[in-house]
Amino acid sequence: MTLVEKILAAHTGKKEVSPGDLINVKVDLVLANDITAPIAIREFRKLGVKTVFNPSRIVLVPDHFVPNKDIPSAEQARILHDFAHEQGVIYFEVGKMGIEHVLLPEQGLVLSGDVVIGADSHTCTYGAVGAFATGMGSTDIACAMATGDIWMKVPPTIEFVYHGKPKRWVTGKDLILYTIGNIGVDGANYAAMEFCGEAVTYLSMDSRFTMSNMAIEAGAKAGIFWVDDKTIAYVWPRARRPFKLYEGDEKASYLKRIEYDVSKLEPQVAFPHLPSNVKPVSKAGDVEIDQVVIGSCTNGRLEDLQIAAKVFKNRVVHPEIRCIIIPGSQEVYLAALRLGYIRTFIEAGAAVSTPTCGPCLGGYMGVLAEGERCLSTTNRNFAGRMGSLKSEVYLANPAVAAASAITGRITDPREVVSRKQETAEKEK
Amino acid sequence: MTIRGKVFKYGDNVDTDAIIPARFLNVSDPAELAKHAMEGMDAGFASSVRTGDILVAGLNFGCGSSREHAPLALKTAGISVIIAGSFARIFFRNSINIGLPVMECAEAAQGTQKGDLLEVDLAKGIIVNTTRGTSFQAKPLPPFLLELMKSGGLVEYTKKRLQKKES
Repeated sequence: MTLVEKILAAHTGKKEVSPGDLINVKVDLVLANDITAPIAIREFRKLGVKTVFNPSRIVLVPDHFVPNKDIPSAEQARILHDFAHEQGVIYFEVGKMGIEHVLLPEQGLVLSGDVVIGADSHTCTYGAVGAFATGMGSTDIACAMATGDIWMKVPPTIEFVYHGKPKRWVTGKDLILYTIGNIGVDGANYAAMEFCGEAVTYLSMDSRFTMSNMAIEAGAKAGIFWVDDKTIAYVWPRARRPFKLYEGDEKASYLKRIEYDVSKLEPQVAFPHLPSNVKPVSKAGDVEIDQVVIGSCTNGRLEDLQIAAKVFKNRVVHPEIRCIIIPGSQEVYLAALRLGYIRTFIEAGAAVSTPTCGPCLGGYMGVLAEGERCLSTTNRNFAGRMGSLKSEVYLANPAVAAASAITGRITDPREVVSRKQETAEKEK
Repeated sequence: MTIRGKVFKYGDNVDTDAIIPARFLNVSDPAELAKHAMEGMDAGFASSVRTGDILVAGLNFGCGSSREHAPLALKTAGISVIIAGSFARIFFRNSINIGLPVMECAEAAQGTQKGDLLEVDLAKGIIVNTTRGTSFQAKPLPPFLLELMKSGGLVEYTKKRLQKKES
């Protein structure tokens, strides 16, 4: 069995499962947010149960439209808050919360070998710690909150092997954008993507979270990494409960094996209006932009801010550009503050916000007018995603985002930060 | 059970931001959501759709977000069944869970235009285009999913399951 099949089998009490099997899976964690929980809570009430199956295994996080963006959002956040207190589930209030998929791993709530379901499509992010994590709907979450299990079909696994050592400025964001560009927005439909190969061993945990996060943009059910020393170093000190490690069998049967040599890959940019409309940054052409967003569950972690700070240091945001930077959690924010990144951002002329999903889905904190263009580190660029149907969103990594904020057009970070400059800065 | 309805036709990769733009997700009332169904792609849909109408689309329908608001808006607006070349997986399971029939049939999608009249036999998976005099066989749903649909959705199914446990 593959890694995913092993994890699922263990959670159904079966010796073995195969792709296509319809199973009932015991879940280790259930998650919902301020826009998906209200429907989940309403449906939960219809079930006639008074209490959730296990309050310590349910996490409710307000993150999409908080701090409350308007009265209806305030009402939804209130529903979430009240239910969380009524049931005693794990809840994070504004000022303590973060974007859910940045927050949960940080807090040791999602662990290797877990089965995690969330009423948010980017729940697949936790595959980076070797969990089987998948996005579902509010009704799924309502029923799982009551019973502690959920129906699902065992996905086939597609093996993605990345050969070579990624170049400077090339991150997990570029590897996944390149992959989605190659296979299409339904190229991994219903499958589990397994990310392996030499290149992933060079990726930090933050970069792996980015890759797993965007598995959904290829239509995948999950995007998982094998557990290695980096995973253990991350998960072990944070874990709030015991966890179990699984390994796929050597002779496991995969649906496909797709190999890439990423040693020469450059930073990638997804053009409007599909995450698969991907080009290398050198082929972007002259694209003037109006706004840059650095943040989101995709690239709102400390390493992302570190990269952006490196590019912004002693440089300024183009006078015509609105650059909005959103640390993904209070822990990330505090660390960025201590390391001087926040100061660098503000001195460069960027706006720095409290954690929120905000502009990623056209909620607030950076919505686009007709004819405007945004280069962002977010995960989707369908028409109207960040505002007007007649606006455009380009997706890229934090280095490209920062470089583009400086020049006012889509820019290769190598154009802004030369090797000589970097060495000089290091020696200072 | 046979459904008869007029077709609204869309292409490939119709995403959830098109089906229900995120700015409307600050409410969960189905009637309110229905007013904005397909507003990210077809501003005229919500005012012209009638109960019983059928949505036909190309590949990867419902891709993007997990928002259950998407199939909920369509169902409440009156859509009786969605026929597509293929579905994004979260949208597909959300539709089943809330009792909105979904059928996968690429040929039917290709052979159908906006305004056509369709007759759909859900149990047998047969789609008849009465306007063009053609018929198609959709991929049948697995027995468990048919059972979920027959129960009226996941909540009804789970309620029965919990009641059985207690007795």
